[in-house]
Amino acid sequence: MAGEEIRQLTTPLADADLVSLRAGDRVRLSGVLLTGRDAAHQRLIALLDAGQSLPIDVRGQVIYYVGPSPPRPGMVIGSAGPTTGGRMDSYAPKLMALGLKGMIGKGARSLPVREAMQKHKCVYFGAVGGAGALLSKYIKSAEIIAYEDLGTEAIRRLVVEDFPVIVIDDTHGNDLYEEGRKQYAQE
Amino acid sequence: MRTIDAQHITETIVRLCMEANYNLGDDMLAAFDKALTTERSAAGRGVLEMFKENAQIARTQRLPYCQDTGFVICFVDIGQDVHITGGLLEDAVNEGVRRGYKEGYLRASIVADPFNRKNTGDNTPAVVHTQIVPGDKLTLMVMAKGGGCENRSKYKMCTPAEGVEGAKNFVIECIRTAGPDACPPLIAGVGIGGTFERAALLSKRALFRGIGEPNPKPDLQELERELLEKANKLGIGPQGYGGDTTAFAIHVNTYPCHITSLPVAVTIECHAHRHKEAVL
Ligand code: SF4
Repeated sequence: MAGEEIRQLTTPLADADLVSLRAGDRVRLSGVLLTGRDAAHQRLIALLDAGQSLPIDVRGQVIYYVGPSPPRPGMVIGSAGPTTGGRMDSYAPKLMALGLKGMIGKGARSLPVREAMQKHKCVYFGAVGGAGALLSKYIKSAEIIAYEDLGTEAIRRLVVEDFPVIVIDDTHGNDLYEEGRKQYAQE
Repeated sequence: MRTIDAQHITETIVRLCMEANYNLGDDMLAAFDKALTTERSAAGRGVLEMFKENAQIARTQRLPYCQDTGFVICFVDIGQDVHITGGLLEDAVNEGVRRGYKEGYLRASIVADPFNRKNTGDNTPAVVHTQIVPGDKLTLMVMAKGGGCENRSKYKMCTPAEGVEGAKNFVIECIRTAGPDACPPLIAGVGIGGTFERAALLSKRALFRGIGEPNPKPDLQELERELLEKANKLGIGPQGYGGDTTAFAIHVNTYPCHITSLPVAVTIECHAHRHKEAVL
């Protein structure tokens, strides 16, 4: 498994950085993240399937699977931890084919998604699920850029600083969940 | 006969919804500390430390511990000498949820229909379970139940021949297949016996017991201990990054069952174990 030092990366992520990442690497992300989860993905893919253009440009971008809680007055955002990535499995390869370079979520991805990640050089990062209050502190601005009617599920543009993540699936087919479990299982 | 005004129930639910979401219980904080002394994985310890910091921020800044502020499950134990006035019980609970979630800046996560999936906008309705009990008190038990973990809950109708081994294997299988998706370390509520729906209710209700508070029956206490030990040998660890802490607790409740049946229901709950109670 990966080393102890923490990598600092800024979006948009360069291919050289992406291929250098290994499952288990701890990373601090800065720059822009786009948010999207079930309902937004469903709409994006429906547009693609109909041959229409998307309201966002995913090339080189990182999508954070999150549905934040509402901000209190004066706050940038409410709690904002990851949702389960596996629910986006049926959509993700189509966005990778358009140039998506990173996804942030929690929980395991399917084999076809992991294969698409190798093919398109895209990395799946894990953020700590359920640490929404803490993670919100790394988000410096948030603005809705599409599907406002979806409320928490709208697509937002976040600017983050040193947002803490760990590499779950790298571009070489390694998976932190499998490796970690193998190391500690006592069966 | 004692009368309780529906308005009083609403006000209490407002408070419980907020408190549950901002203030993780002391039993959970103690469980994090305890796990920090035994967890071998450095990544796992890092996750547990983040939970503690998260709980601290949530409490002091009145921010939800997790952005998935859940489906509100409300167990109401109604003393049979209580008379509720000024409105219906379920309406009073739902009004409390509506206000608690709006005034508390908590996320609306409920869709009105399983297929058209339009958000109700105020996190209602709640799932309300009532039970008539002796006395003239009314107990409200509120849980903000996350979706990611609930989605990993399962039911199996075992055969009597499968017995306790079958039940154990199924519980461990549920935790294994929940894997990293349900935000481990987990708590499993296990309901064994009764019927299909009774087992599920027992499993939910088992989650209201304090973490580390064993079942009073010695044989079930032993079963809980054995299940927890097995779960923590799976290696899944905090957030699934690998480690020794896959579950904080497993709570088993049982009920008599039919000669042909051995129902086993497992509710999976995450570390964002948010629940509060009040007695009126
Ligand atoms: S499973 Fe629990 S901790 Fe994880 S996102 Fe859902 S509610 Fe939050």
